[in-house]
Amino acid sequence: MFWRYEVTGVDTITLHFGDAIDIALTERIQRAARALSHRLAPRLIDMVPSYTTLLLRYNVLEDDLASLVADITNALARLPEVETNAAKGDVVEIPVYYDPSTGPDLDAVAARAGLSREQVIQKHSAEEYYVFAIGFAPGFAYLGEVPAELATPRLTTPRARVPAGTLGIADTQTAIYPLQSPGGWNLIGRTPLTLFDPGRGQPSLLQAGQRVRFRPIGREEYLALGGQL
Amino acid sequence: MNTQPGLTFTKPGFLSLLQDGGRQGVMHLGLATGGAMDRNAWAWANRLLDNPFGTPALEITFGGVEFTSHLATQIAITGAEVQCRVNGESRPLWSVINIQAGDRVALSAPKVGIRSYLAVLGGFQVAPGLGNSCATFTREGLGGLNQDGRPLQEGDHLPCHAGSARVLNRKVSERWRPDYKEELALSVIPCAQIDRFPASVLDTFFNNPYTLTRQTDRMGARLKGPALEPLGERLISEGTSLGAIQVPADGQPIVLLNDRQTIGGYPKLGAVTPRSLDALAQRTPGTTLRFRPVTLHEAQVEERQFLSFFTATGNRR
Repeated sequence: MFWRYEVTGVDTITLHFGDAIDIALTERIQRAARALSHRLAPRLIDMVPSYTTLLLRYNVLEDDLASLVADITNALARLPEVETNAAKGDVVEIPVYYDPSTGPDLDAVAARAGLSREQVIQKHSAEEYYVFAIGFAPGFAYLGEVPAELATPRLTTPRARVPAGTLGIADTQTAIYPLQSPGGWNLIGRTPLTLFDPGRGQPSLLQAGQRVRFRPIGREEYLALGGQL
Repeated sequence: MNTQPGLTFTKPGFLSLLQDGGRQGVMHLGLATGGAMDRNAWAWANRLLDNPFGTPALEITFGGVEFTSHLATQIAITGAEVQCRVNGESRPLWSVINIQAGDRVALSAPKVGIRSYLAVLGGFQVAPGLGNSCATFTREGLGGLNQDGRPLQEGDHLPCHAGSARVLNRKVSERWRPDYKEELALSVIPCAQIDRFPASVLDTFFNNPYTLTRQTDRMGARLKGPALEPLGERLISEGTSLGAIQVPADGQPIVLLNDRQTIGGYPKLGAVTPRSLDALAQRTPGTTLRFRPVTLHEAQVEERQFLSFFTATGNRR
């Protein structure tokens, strides 16, 4: 597996595995992260996998960069380019109430694409998405990619308040805001599920490397599942 | 009245947050590390009381705090230059202060510096949350007294243990106390995407003063000065490091701090060292800053000295 590293801080390095966004590359990074976490766990305080990179934070008091890099090299040397028995995880299904009341930009996305509201819902929910990275906020999963006609640039003026659970599109990416926050994505619906709960054994519903599918639900089911309007 | 031993706050101040050494092992969930912004003052407050490195203390931004103690204990206040009064009588900062049950303690607004640290003998007894930390994270509603990210409120009661063995009265020697009025040149490890910036941009960055703006918070220090020509394109988003110096489209650098976003796509000129960030945490908006390059080796030696000094008390947490 080819990689290079860059120093990025007093106790961090960033491993670079490639230059372009590609699911196969991101999956390779996931495998590298698992291998490093398995072989070097106590020495790596934090790991942040992203599209083409893996940031590692180490303990400067008890470790040194040269020996760490040597051990990373060893740990990754044996990692195959392609997983032999590609163990695709289960697809996480997320119910979404696609509606202007929960997704105020739904009609604008449709108008821009020259599609009906129903066609946007159909196309967005027909796709299987890949979790490229978790970041920006706790449990915020960058999912890709939306069908080309649904790709919509970010709002010029971000909203001051986007409710938790709201589903949005920015360019070819789609994501759910786990917590209420400001946001500039085009909002098309909302899920009643809790994306991030610090009290759960696994606080983040989604993990990098997982696959996701959205299931359109109606207003009644949305409310029955605890959804808020 | 709460009979559990502890301190009851009658004035919570502008922004008072329980903070410790920050979270570990949770950045992949999108959670920043958090923790004390000025680790030096925070670590001294704990060390004065023989509390292990990592013990939670109260980070008080802009002073204005009053509390009543329900037990006989000892406290230490370090950091910003506030006036500390116990039952109306002045007490020194950077020193162990003896407290009796019923004593009322008041901290004024700071004359110099921004953040004060209040540590108590044995530490505040708060349950750690995610990342084995109680670091308060207001934006995300995590950490703190009730693990909901709320800053300290009027009437809050911070529990602490009665009956801890008392420590000697001691103080931090003058020569170890930082001067927050001193001109600050932030040490920068030139790294990350620095090679992609033309030399003219680095010249501008390292040879000009930048002003700390009001849009500075626990997420990032926003600076204003000669614009740095940004790289043409955004990067593919990647994990962020403490102290990373982002150059956004307007060319005004942003230094990423404790509560930063965990991934970001702006090119970075390098990273400010943790010891420089400690000093930065005490500077008010309007302060003029400069940057100076240091090697990774120098930065790591300095960081190791800091960590070994404060963790080598034999009772590391």
